[in-house]
Amino acid sequence: MNLHYLKDLCSQVRRDILRMVNDAKSGHPGGSLGCTEYFVALYQEIMHYNPKIFTMDGEGEDLFFLSNGHISPVYYSILARSGFFPIKELSTFRKLNSRLQGHPSVHRGLPGIRISSGSLGQGMSVAVGAALSKKLNKEFHNIIYSLHGDGELNEGQIWESVLYAGARNIDNYIATIDYNGQQIDGTTDEVLPLGNLKKKFESFDWKVLEELEGNNIEKVIDVLKKAKNETGKGKPVLIILYTQMGYGVDFMVGNNAWHGKYPNQEELERALSQLPKTTFVDYPLSD
Amino acid sequence: MKQYENKGLKETRAGFGQALTFLGKKNKRVVALCADLTSSLFMNQFSKEFPERFFQIGIAEANMIGIAAGLSIGKYIPFAGTFANFATSRVYDQIRQSIAYSYKNVKICASHSGLTLGEDGATHQSLEDIGMMKMLPGMTVINTCDYNQTYAATLAIAHYLGPVYLRFGRPAVANFTDENQMFEIGKAVLLTEGKDVTIVCTGHLVWEALEASKILYREEGIECEVINIHTIKPLDETSILKSVNKTKCVLTAEEHNYWGGLGESVARILTTKKCYVPQSLVAVNDVFGESGKPMELLKKYNIDCNSIINRIQILLKKKKN
Repeated sequence: MNLHYLKDLCSQVRRDILRMVNDAKSGHPGGSLGCTEYFVALYQEIMHYNPKIFTMDGEGEDLFFLSNGHISPVYYSILARSGFFPIKELSTFRKLNSRLQGHPSVHRGLPGIRISSGSLGQGMSVAVGAALSKKLNKEFHNIIYSLHGDGELNEGQIWESVLYAGARNIDNYIATIDYNGQQIDGTTDEVLPLGNLKKKFESFDWKVLEELEGNNIEKVIDVLKKAKNETGKGKPVLIILYTQMGYGVDFMVGNNAWHGKYPNQEELERALSQLPKTTFVDYPLSD
Repeated sequence: MKQYENKGLKETRAGFGQALTFLGKKNKRVVALCADLTSSLFMNQFSKEFPERFFQIGIAEANMIGIAAGLSIGKYIPFAGTFANFATSRVYDQIRQSIAYSYKNVKICASHSGLTLGEDGATHQSLEDIGMMKMLPGMTVINTCDYNQTYAATLAIAHYLGPVYLRFGRPAVANFTDENQMFEIGKAVLLTEGKDVTIVCTGHLVWEALEASKILYREEGIECEVINIHTIKPLDETSILKSVNKTKCVLTAEEHNYWGGLGESVARILTTKKCYVPQSLVAVNDVFGESGKPMELLKKYNIDCNSIINRIQILLKKKKN
């Protein structure tokens, strides 16, 4: 692990997120900035995959499913910067004829994406199905990963799949909850309190890990490695990852106003100036 | 006029279950999922013979749709079975996003469709599912008429790459199609040739239409051309237009709401192809069903053999004017 490189990449992914959302004049920067360390850790340190030859079934590879599809900017940035498609394509985000739809879509065949998401609550079921197929295919060394918003846990389908995965011992699966405590109408406590999430998942027969510093890249890698060590032991694994919405930008952090709002030019410059300089190059904006 | 023989009453859903078991032996990629209705869909045999490829999801249809999508990512061919109502309206968003928009090779297999579900009543009688499914881009919609055709369709969709909605019924109905029929997705089946009226029908109403055409010929010398539409989408426009251009009038018959059903699809073809002929739609008139015996319900909601006869008599008067 090259910590300097990973931190640098986190900073660049954040630059990408902010520039994409500003350029498109729409999108979801808050949750994307909050999940940056998770994506960088997952794609740079944890998952086994081959970005050069993308196949839908990903035979012999680990697979990731994004259930809370609105944080597509961070997903697209890490996919591009991990070699799935050209970095310059980030400039097409949310624009006409783009493969980078507002919410992830398999429709136009963007490498790295295996399911469309945006309507919340469906990703865990899909991930569980993929985990079952890995077992049937005897790809025992491969792990399925998924990410969900904390607000997304309001959806009933999530609990259908939580029940199923626990009862059926889906132990080649690591789900992560992006626990930032915010959703569109306010804090998760205001909208619909989640209660003791750890106890809830444990009572459904899941192994639960918690990481309070979800925006500390070392801690995120560490908890993902711990989670990997818990696979194959008869239980699905959950990581409750405490993150801060809008992390890295002072006027966005912890503020759910930035859930789905784009920064204007002045705000963009202010935000970018707060991020550490990187050794990467910004993607060029299209004309 | 060609006559069809009722080779005995058989359940269409049994055709599904038995073909699925056959597929299980032939194709290791075929997997099956069910939401606590295994015996209702005749999936027991599959679950017994291939326990590792059968997934009992419990009463959680949304989860079933998602798991099916996930299994298809691992190159499996999932057949997800439940009642038509729970296979569609209950999980429409899941089908839309995780299957249709994601273009997943999932076969949604729906039994107990239409009024002939019978005594359970309106909560379980799906009269909207064809409309909902045909509106989804890329979705193939199949509605079979008897045991043999359901068997053949189940085998055929396993070889087709893409999402499919396969709809069939609950009661034992006349089994009259060929045992070893070719099932070609998107291809209409011309059952009888006639010059006076085209009957475009689907599902359980195909047999009612054949009975109606037999009576009309015997008593009034009316020659009906009966077309069995097992694939509602994509619809075999060529076969329908060819027949309607000959007979100059058409009646559609289906166990579904007027809105969104086969009749509307046929009307669209006729108008867009400038084939302006009288059309009569035999379908449920935008109401919910109720409890009753299957044949009592077909009669009460005016979609049985006699209703078809009456409507054709009116239609033929319109044609002459």
